[in-house]
Amino acid sequence: MAEKRRIELMACAGTGCVAGGAFQIIEELGKEIDARGLGEEVSIVPTGCNGFCGQGPLMVVIPDNIFYGWLSLDDIPHLVEEHFLKGRPVEKLMFTPPEEKEPLPLLSEIPFFRKQLLIVLRNKGIIDPEKIDDYIARDGYVAIEKVLTSMSPENVIDEVSKAGLRGRGGAGFPTGLKWKIASQQDKTPKYLIANCDEGDPGAYMDRSVLESDPHSVIEGMSIAAYAISSSEGFIYVRTEYPLALKRMETAISQAREYGLLGQDILGSGFDFDIEIRGGSGAFVCGEETSLIHSIEGDIPEPRQRPPFPAQSGLWECPTVINNVETLANLPVIIARGADWYSGIGTETSKGTKIFSLVGKINNTGLIEVPMGITLNEVIYEIGGGIPDGKAFKAVQTGGPSGGCIPSSLIDSPIDFESLKQAGSMMGSGGMIVMDEDTCVVDVSKFFIQFTNDESCGKCVSCRDGSDALLEVLNRISDGEGQEGDVEFLEELAETVKDASMCGLGQTLPNPVLSTLRYFRDEYDAHINEKRCPALHCRNLIQYYIDPDKCVGCLKCLKNCPTEAIMGELKHIHIIDQEKCSKCGQCLEECPPKISAVIKATGSDIDNLEQLPEIVACSDWKTMKIGAA
Amino acid sequence: MPKLTIEELRKKRESTKKSIYLREGNFKGKVTVHMGTCGIAAGAREIMSTFLDEFDDREITDIMLTSSGCAGLCSEEPMVTIEMEDHAPVKYGKLNPEKTKKILNEHIIEGNMVEEYILGIGSERAG
Repeated sequence: MAEKRRIELMACAGTGCVAGGAFQIIEELGKEIDARGLGEEVSIVPTGCNGFCGQGPLMVVIPDNIFYGWLSLDDIPHLVEEHFLKGRPVEKLMFTPPEEKEPLPLLSEIPFFRKQLLIVLRNKGIIDPEKIDDYIARDGYVAIEKVLTSMSPENVIDEVSKAGLRGRGGAGFPTGLKWKIASQQDKTPKYLIANCDEGDPGAYMDRSVLESDPHSVIEGMSIAAYAISSSEGFIYVRTEYPLALKRMETAISQAREYGLLGQDILGSGFDFDIEIRGGSGAFVCGEETSLIHSIEGDIPEPRQRPPFPAQSGLWECPTVINNVETLANLPVIIARGADWYSGIGTETSKGTKIFSLVGKINNTGLIEVPMGITLNEVIYEIGGGIPDGKAFKAVQTGGPSGGCIPSSLIDSPIDFESLKQAGSMMGSGGMIVMDEDTCVVDVSKFFIQFTNDESCGKCVSCRDGSDALLEVLNRISDGEGQEGDVEFLEELAETVKDASMCGLGQTLPNPVLSTLRYFRDEYDAHINEKRCPALHCRNLIQYYIDPDKCVGCLKCLKNCPTEAIMGELKHIHIIDQEKCSKCGQCLEECPPKISAVIKATGSDIDNLEQLPEIVACSDWKTMKIGAA
Repeated sequence: MPKLTIEELRKKRESTKKSIYLREGNFKGKVTVHMGTCGIAAGAREIMSTFLDEFDDREITDIMLTSSGCAGLCSEEPMVTIEMEDHAPVKYGKLNPEKTKKILNEHIIEGNMVEEYILGIGSERAG
């Protein structure tokens, strides 16, 4: 029976939009629709993350395919009246690319969506993640049906190996091979674990997959479990993801109800069920042996490998740990075949990859692109470039374990090998874009601070090595860098890599090493000239007011939080460096057409300090404008 | 809900597909009901309801039903525009539920325009 309705509002209810008030907007939409008697014709479908997070709260109007973003409660009555009753789409709520005037009404016209290829996120924004029937309608559980009726476990392993699928959690280990190792073990039972302990700053693809399409993960897990003859699976989700946890719980109970999990699935004799385990947010739990310890109830510390978990893992039984994104690929690979899948991507990296595009980028959001796409396409075509016309400096891929890739390599293709060659890694898919105002020493500091906090402490090299790295980086950014610091950083970084046991320690020096590789001159400037080229490190910058430009308007003076600015109306203002906290408020306050506030570093500071009218605080009373 | 067999899962897939057909966007035609103030005053809501009921009864899932503003010919309201794949849009005017059903049967389902109610064929040109 067809549903009697003509419009569906696919309202994003992913974590980003929910934080922006999506649930209240959905409630308001419902009220307004009912108030106009449109309840039967127009229905609201709360979906998982749409991906264009920078525009949230957002929705897509089906079947017209019109995209509305930055919705607020006040917009709703007008929107319902105009569009859903009178059929006049509301232009002011549509997406207008920065620096353009005409809005782009249709989702399909928006460049952010155009270059994407959706395999893992095939159902995002199209299904209600809390309805198993929506998933089934989109050919859900076709793959498990095929596996159970016509494939042996060996067939499944061969198919996934042939597809060339590699783990999406970071290292890119071939999924089929991992399964093969586990399937060859004699010991039983065997376990399957879905790793959703996503911890990289700025990365949220696994959360989004669970929130927008939990059944694709369940189906993927069932396929993997069948391949390795496991009947018990765990999904390890951090408890900071309450929405993902809730939707996963709902999905598991629906799948059980339909007999898609449990005993004798679809009458095939195959048994498989899934238990959720909540992680408490330790970054190291993303490392597979730590994750296993956490599920066992022990302190989450890694252990030496081999034996690999596929040989001896959870409770010393053969255990396959696959990332959520890897698992969500499986239903499509099985349903459409290895040949189709391996036709997408590059020689060594097949299929697609999800990236979270964040930082200094116009179109913030979650994207799925074919492997082999260039950074240029991602940053400029999908990402819409850098805000405020600033220059692109670098992009950090792979989170704290990855490295930064400079603008000179912007035409590199994105695949496992190219990123490694550039000194970074695929990682889980975080992409933090930096513009010309980003200081690379500061970036290194940020990531080392993060890994230093998250180091479990088991290995001295990781625990104390990150301490020492951080100490030197802090010193450099504080303007107290010494000759030999860069060499020390390099040597220590290599030692931490070599001497640490798990991936956390082995990769934590990457941000330092890659910034040293591409931006060594900036480190040297900090150390030798006490200059921060990006004008970022507070100890290396000072603010001044240009006496030739200042009109004595009092704006900066009144807004200075430390009352460091002297002067009065129509008198040149002067910053007292003793009191200045370098917050930059004066620079913000000074009207653009005046632009009298100067931010200086290095030798510029020395030059400015020579000028009495810029530093002679005690004389400000004599500096009446126009008095000369 | 008892556990599904493979046969039941397949059936469920077919039936649930009908509930999400709008999102799949596989349309071979589009019906636009003009719902400006003039259209609504002349009874456009009733025309919309007629289409909704008929689409529902006949399980029509490959025609998009949408609304738009005033078409600029207020005296001819209620109006609809029918756009079938590979054909120029056709505007019908002064509709009522009976005429609507006839257009649905003859034009949309059988592919023959209902000459007597046609206001015009083709789109207005911009500029």
